Amino acid sequence: MTIAATRQPALRNAYDVEAVRRDFPILATKAHGKPLVFLDSGASAQKPRQVIETVREVYEKGYANIHRGVYQLSQVATERFEAVRGKVAKFLNAASAEEIVFTRNATEAINLVAQSYGRTFFKEGDEVVVSEMEHHANIVPWQMLETQIGIKVRVAPIDDAGELIVEKFEALLGPRTKLVAITHCSNVLGTVTPAAEIARLAHAKGIPVLFDGSQAVVHLAADVRAIDADFYVFTGHKLYGPSGTGVLYGKKALLAKMPPYQGGGDMIAHVSFAGTTFREPPHRFEAGTPAIAEVIGLGAAIDYVESVGRARIAEWEHELRDYATARLSEIPGLTIYGTSKSKAAIVSFALDCAHPHDIGTILDMEGVAIRAGHHCAEPLMDRLAVPATARASFAMYNTPAEADALVRALRKVREMFA
Amino acid sequence: MSDLRELYQEVILDHGKRPRNFRHPGDANREAKGDNPLCGDKVTIYLKLSPERRIEDVAFQGRGCAISTASASLMTELLKGKTEAEANALFGAFHHMCTHDDAAPDLPKSLEDEFDRLQVLSGVRQYPMRVKCATLAWHTMKAALEGAGNASTE
Repeated sequence: MTIAATRQPALRNAYDVEAVRRDFPILATKAHGKPLVFLDSGASAQKPRQVIETVREVYEKGYANIHRGVYQLSQVATERFEAVRGKVAKFLNAASAEEIVFTRNATEAINLVAQSYGRTFFKEGDEVVVSEMEHHANIVPWQMLETQIGIKVRVAPIDDAGELIVEKFEALLGPRTKLVAITHCSNVLGTVTPAAEIARLAHAKGIPVLFDGSQAVVHLAADVRAIDADFYVFTGHKLYGPSGTGVLYGKKALLAKMPPYQGGGDMIAHVSFAGTTFREPPHRFEAGTPAIAEVIGLGAAIDYVESVGRARIAEWEHELRDYATARLSEIPGLTIYGTSKSKAAIVSFALDCAHPHDIGTILDMEGVAIRAGHHCAEPLMDRLAVPATARASFAMYNTPAEADALVRALRKVREMFA
Repeated sequence: MSDLRELYQEVILDHGKRPRNFRHPGDANREAKGDNPLCGDKVTIYLKLSPERRIEDVAFQGRGCAISTASASLMTELLKGKTEAEANALFGAFHHMCTHDDAAPDLPKSLEDEFDRLQVLSGVRQYPMRVKCATLAWHTMKAALEGAGNASTE
């Protein structure tokens, strides 16, 4: 408690977390009669009213299909939708909005690259290098190419701290390597990978790199040109935006040579039964009516994050990470997984006396929502030699007092099971 | 805490910490593996089934939460000496108990004591996410009886 007492006022001077919390209506609700302590933003973040209001306002006053109507309502909706493309480009520091493709989520963005880029440019025996700490979304699409065209997925190992072993990664890059697909921030360990170095090593051998930025964009200022990413994907719902929104960034030259992923309306230039021509990227990859209001809502989420300030959010989250790590370390029998020097505010842990699911149920009764399970990263669970972990992930709206609530609830778990 | 005590009764905590029949019998002639991919729970059930289809021995190994471990442990205690038909009847009654609020239908009187002992797990009804934990061992036992080899609560 002394840490809390000494740290909290200092944090408040720099960052008005209470003002942020007031923007998230759900944080005022209760779970099992107790104030909701939401520590599962790594799975999906809560939404500020600015996002909720924007989506509602689109449906109430500004909704029509886009890229079609000659009437004003459709024109305005189209402009607002396309404006988000520009906003996302700026958010990622992409060279142009044409490099931003909207998808349903990060998973679809990776599948798009696998099925469009991979199936066109990979041959039997080619290799894709991933890391041991990938989310299933960055494993299974490549395994599907193993079945479909006979490529091989190679796995770059991590060390016990949860950091990529760069030398071993480099050693995997060979003449058959056609793509590196690697997380920018682990959803289980919080490890932030050395993206610029990974890209530099791959590019030295002419290999393009895809980064899964689903966790990274929330916790740090991802800059696709600074790290020189060829592809970069993230999902809107973890960035305080609506579900059903995802982003694929692709370098213009790469997107230009990729065939369509899905066929349908909105992605074509002309259709005839004699033959069909496709639009230029990014529209070539956006078949059918997209999540219009939700994408506009994603724009509101980015505005919100920028208004609070990405650097200030990152600083706050680092304080939370350090505070939570210190408090959790006081609990006997608790092991923290992932001790990378460069780490987001994600803390995975296990107790010697209780299974993560029992922890999750008991914490739930205390109003504390955490994730328990394999976190869609079964190979990483095997690497850690655990069936599952419990994970507390902190977001811009969490407080040191909530870390204290987590610790109190974990002490109840120990009372019951130890 | 009272709600939690209903889920985590002393019997469950005890069987969770000190599971009975946690072993691999050398003379087992049936076994099946079960897993719950969402939790990462894994269990192997071993049966020694007589030619008359009576369960002469039943044991398990694996790893899981307190609910799944306790459920497997209790199950092994109750099924030893039972016929296949009795095991199936208990499975049906137990499964019903975990997923329904009303009383289980038509359980033979001779199995009422066994069923009573399973009531300690009835708390999972209130936790839909945890029903699979309680039923994993039973599904796996059924797969072993049927010679299926594998069961999954996914």
